[in-house]
Amino acid sequence: MKLKKSVAISENGFVFNASRGDSFSTNPTGTQILNWLREGQTDTEMKALLLEKYEIDEATCEKDLYDFIKMLNQQNLIEA
Amino acid sequence: METLQKLKYERPVIKQLNAGITNKFGAQTGFIPHTHIDGLAVKDLTARFGSPLFVISERTIRQTYQEAYNAFANRYPNVQFAWSYKTNYMNAVCRVFHQEGSWAEVVSRFEYEKALGNGVPGDKILFNGPDKTADDHRVAVLNNSPIHIDHFDELYGLIEVSTKLGKRPKVAIRVNMDTGVLPMWDRFGFNYENGQAWDAITKIIQTDKMDLVGLHCHIGTFMLTTSAYAVAASKMADLALNIKRQFGLDIQYLDMGGGFASRNTLKGAYLSGTDITPSFHEYAEQICTTLIKAGFRSEELPLLILETGRALIDDAGYLLGTVLANKRLSDGRRATIMDFGVNLLFTSFWYEHAVSPAQDCSQYAEDAVLYGPLCMNIDVVRENVKLPPLNKGDQMVVHRVGAYNMTQWMQFIALRPNIVLIDQDGQPHLIRKHETVADLTQLESTPTHLESFDL
Repeated sequence: MKLKKSVAISENGFVFNASRGDSFSTNPTGTQILNWLREGQTDTEMKALLLEKYEIDEATCEKDLYDFIKMLNQQNLIEA
Repeated sequence: METLQKLKYERPVIKQLNAGITNKFGAQTGFIPHTHIDGLAVKDLTARFGSPLFVISERTIRQTYQEAYNAFANRYPNVQFAWSYKTNYMNAVCRVFHQEGSWAEVVSRFEYEKALGNGVPGDKILFNGPDKTADDHRVAVLNNSPIHIDHFDELYGLIEVSTKLGKRPKVAIRVNMDTGVLPMWDRFGFNYENGQAWDAITKIIQTDKMDLVGLHCHIGTFMLTTSAYAVAASKMADLALNIKRQFGLDIQYLDMGGGFASRNTLKGAYLSGTDITPSFHEYAEQICTTLIKAGFRSEELPLLILETGRALIDDAGYLLGTVLANKRLSDGRRATIMDFGVNLLFTSFWYEHAVSPAQDCSQYAEDAVLYGPLCMNIDVVRENVKLPPLNKGDQMVVHRVGAYNMTQWMQFIALRPNIVLIDQDGQPHLIRKHETVADLTQLESTPTHLESFDL
């Protein structure tokens, strides 16, 4: 699972997919996850990183990460 | 050794931007959390009284009442409000209005008994509505309550009751009329334009069994066009003046009913209710100016009665609730499930209720649907609302729920919750206890042949 090469992420959460011309806004947690995806981190690794970095319990972290990645898929931001 | 401080977590969200697409509401610029009601923290209220929870602000009721009363009393010499019980008949709420000087306006024997139980003198209970039995009439006549006659069957029935009792009831007739606003409310009362109202008046006076003391109308609900009230006031004044001319009888009061809009936003409305709802002054100006110019001699101006309900109580009511779950719909929209639904918030069928998070939240928003907890497809509180990321357990405040919800709520699937009134000193009082299974099952009985079964 990797972010599409055509996706640009700004520091303040503006996301642009150049191949489709779609733009998005995301919050700081979302920006962080997009950057980890760009680096090639897996689901498991990202979950561990979130738990290490944020005040969050494991169940919420897993549910939210699953939901966010589903949304990225739906928005065509992830390589098939 | 350095300790690494963990960052505050916020659920990741991503939202597609649709630049250039028209949006009648403009850009959402952020959410203001509503953490306190009259100085009490929402989280403390729900911790103590449970969630969901209705909260009523006594201070807001009194301020709103005084604003409305002053708007009329500054324009007309003789004004009386009568609290519309059906809008919210919690005893504590009614008593706040009675302390402020309101009489009672009821539309059933049940409400009538509530008003008596609250200590309202019989002659200050206005008995409206199409549903009054002979026994209801008997009780109202004995208590000297003004009876507002809705139809000819009621008129003839009341003549019979009063003859038997040997008493002259105080009566008014309800008049319906064309005020230029559609739909025209002609199902209640006697019509003005086709002469039915005049026929009823003539019948009452010529029968000489009852005292015609007033005229009543109620031209509609959530009336955003204030000029309709000027039309109504002019037709009511015309009837009263004609009664004086033809029968030499002074009509003691003109009851203009209710129907003033609250600041809620109606479904399908182009602009927010807070922007378009007329003030009490605008309604008062139309009614009072029309009556004063109608042709009454100044010492004969009838008492002006108002039965405003919704506009007096909506702002004072809040519904607090908790997020049960978040899920994703097939089109990517977020669905947030709350612990309250249409069972408690009947008005969500016709309002786009304002909702606020009750804790600090992000300024990022997602398109969402706000569902209630019922396992029924109709249980939708908001069909389309922008909400900040909310987690299970987070709390929300629904605004302007004081009117009709605590009377039209349904005991359907779930039980009804506590209602708390916050007094003017900021002290919470439980004014209605949440229901229990035993409260409801005590009304049922099981036939003996159904008492046991084997599974």
